[in-house]
Amino acid sequence: MAKLNAAAAAKIEEICDRYTDEKTPLMMILSDIQNEYGYIPLEVQELVSKKTGISVAEIYGVVTFYSFFSLEPKGKFVIGCCLGTACYVKGAQQVIDKFSELLNIKPGQTSEDGLFTLDALRCIGACGIAPAVSINGKVYPKVEVGQVAGIIDSYRKEAAV
Amino acid sequence: MAMINIKIEGISYQVEEGLTILEAAKKCGYEIPSLCAFNHGECNRGSCRVCLVEATGARGLVAACVYPVAEGMEIKISSPAATAARRHSVELLLSNHNMNCQQCDKNGKCELLHVAYVTGAREGAFQGVHSETHLDTVAPGLVRDTSKCILCGRCIERCKNAHGLGILGFENRGFNTFVSPAENRSFADSPCIQCGQCVNVCHTGALMEHSEIDKIDAAFAAGKTVIAQAAPAVRAALGEEFGFPIGTPVTGKMVAAMRRLGFTRVYDVNFGADLTIMEEGTELLGRLTNGGTLPMITSCSPGWINYAEYNYGDLLPHLSSCKSPHQMQGAIIKSYWAEQNGIDPKDIFVVSVMPCTAKKFEKEREQEKVNGIPDVDAVITTRELARMIKRGGILFDRLPDEDWDQDIMGDYTGAGVIFGVTGGVMEAALRTVYFKLTGKESEPIEFKAVRGHDAGIREASIDINGTTVNVAIASGMKSAKVLLDEIREGKSKYQFIEIMGCPGGCINGGGQPYVRECFLPNESDDIMDTYKEKRAQALYSEDERQTLRQSHNNPQIVELYEKFLGEPNSHKAHELLHTSYAAREGFNEI
Repeated sequence: MAKLNAAAAAKIEEICDRYTDEKTPLMMILSDIQNEYGYIPLEVQELVSKKTGISVAEIYGVVTFYSFFSLEPKGKFVIGCCLGTACYVKGAQQVIDKFSELLNIKPGQTSEDGLFTLDALRCIGACGIAPAVSINGKVYPKVEVGQVAGIIDSYRKEAAV
Repeated sequence: MAMINIKIEGISYQVEEGLTILEAAKKCGYEIPSLCAFNHGECNRGSCRVCLVEATGARGLVAACVYPVAEGMEIKISSPAATAARRHSVELLLSNHNMNCQQCDKNGKCELLHVAYVTGAREGAFQGVHSETHLDTVAPGLVRDTSKCILCGRCIERCKNAHGLGILGFENRGFNTFVSPAENRSFADSPCIQCGQCVNVCHTGALMEHSEIDKIDAAFAAGKTVIAQAAPAVRAALGEEFGFPIGTPVTGKMVAAMRRLGFTRVYDVNFGADLTIMEEGTELLGRLTNGGTLPMITSCSPGWINYAEYNYGDLLPHLSSCKSPHQMQGAIIKSYWAEQNGIDPKDIFVVSVMPCTAKKFEKEREQEKVNGIPDVDAVITTRELARMIKRGGILFDRLPDEDWDQDIMGDYTGAGVIFGVTGGVMEAALRTVYFKLTGKESEPIEFKAVRGHDAGIREASIDINGTTVNVAIASGMKSAKVLLDEIREGKSKYQFIEIMGCPGGCINGGGQPYVRECFLPNESDDIMDTYKEKRAQALYSEDERQTLRQSHNNPQIVELYEKFLGEPNSHKAHELLHTSYAAREGFNEI
């Protein structure tokens, strides 16, 4: 098994220590790690297991249960297209298909340049502005297929700066 | 405990408050068909949805295994709605189940089929896609086939409860969920100790031992000299496969059956156990007197060895270097016995019948070979032996009681017999160590303070000639961990520790017959709580019947040292009977 470098290991341990008073700390720990590193590989799960006493299999089960968590590194920009019921009936499938076509990746994949990851999300609770797309926490309301190219371009420009 | 009033099928009963409907109904004389609920709530997820009943105060039908009884509750088990719902639940499970029952090794002991029969479920009532199958046949001890899994979660809980390990977990979500070690790895590539406790609780054929019956067939076909040897714990449980009450020792019939299966010799691993005591006792005395690494820990249980190598690499010098009894005996068969009988060791095929799945792994270890020749060629479980006996058309209950083959390694003592129960190796070793230190036998012979039949830690202080020896016994890795952490922290007060992988020791090993209430109509209601004690008693009673009860008094052991090995822990003994350990990565690079 690949070993974590000392700095990463210390950071993961620090994250685990944030929640020692929590009865069920796993979700919070994993969320913080996901936000910090963009993914949660097995060697990180092993360390979390050692710190919390929760078995690796259980942690792995949680990581593979929630689509928010990832086992693979994600791109610089994570495009989350909501495919919940409201967004879906408002045309979210066409929106995600357009992202998929323009970026040449399937949902769940990361573009070769490492810039974009495309995720299909279940309801993100923004049904009032369906279809919604969330990119690195910024939410785009009522997205139409025609806007997709522009959105991608704006992030390409941001990355080039 | 407060009592409350409930009605089942319109009849009034008083039951304890706080019970689930399933438990309360059992006390009133009803067995509600159920699958996932197990062993006093050891597994209680309410996931299988089989035990549905009507209960007043509840919205819709409720899962009896998780729904508590309440004052005045009226429960209906046989109502048309409840009966149909239970049938549908099982039919839904069957719709995603690989129904190749005739090839399944759980055949006859499958709780899913039992419940399907009881509920009247029909195969094919619901048709649709099956979830993807994940098959792991890589590990020597265990096989995982998710096409048979009903996602009850019993195996997950057992691994946590027995060992604090939790090797298995649910992976992915919804229809794609399956039970697996992390990353869908093989048991062989995870820190699984291959003890087989998960197999013992699996309803179906999803988790099984890795069968080696084919290897034995091939050895016979190739004209090898096939020699069988059986561990002490096997005789305490094999009878269960043939309808004998739990706790019936069937030594004589087992020997007769093995002889009828064509083995050239049928030996008792108790001889190997006596040999282990000679070596291990001498090793302990050496460590006590020469300032060696203490506490010394026993090394008979390969599940425990796996655990130590994965988790306590720094404590390996504490382990006795002795091979386990069947490996020792295999090494003697392929050296001394081969020499005496003029047979090339390469033409000898040693089969060990074990209560254990981890022994299947153990025999593959490089450290368990002498000059490239493995000590043991195949390991079958108690269950596999039963299968071979049935396949051979042998009517087990009609067999005469026969005795083990007596040449060279037929004698054994009561000390060897009790190896099969937690505390047994310790007691056997103490009997011999006492003699070596004092020059006389201990009186009484038994060291009852170290006895037990369950998981948990026991300790005792034994006074030998003014010297106090502090000993501890643990079975199940959850208990073992406590003792090991003490050693790691430098706080251990013991000189000698016995550790067994399975809770209760080998009598409760992962290769023993399944204990399921639904297949044991003649056993008492509390059989899940008492079966270990009953099996242990079968071994203790055999010990008491022996005239020789200390390993050092076994005349053939004495002869073996005189004619072949020299002294215990001699150079030759080390070459044949001792092994080594190495720390291992739990999740290795794959």
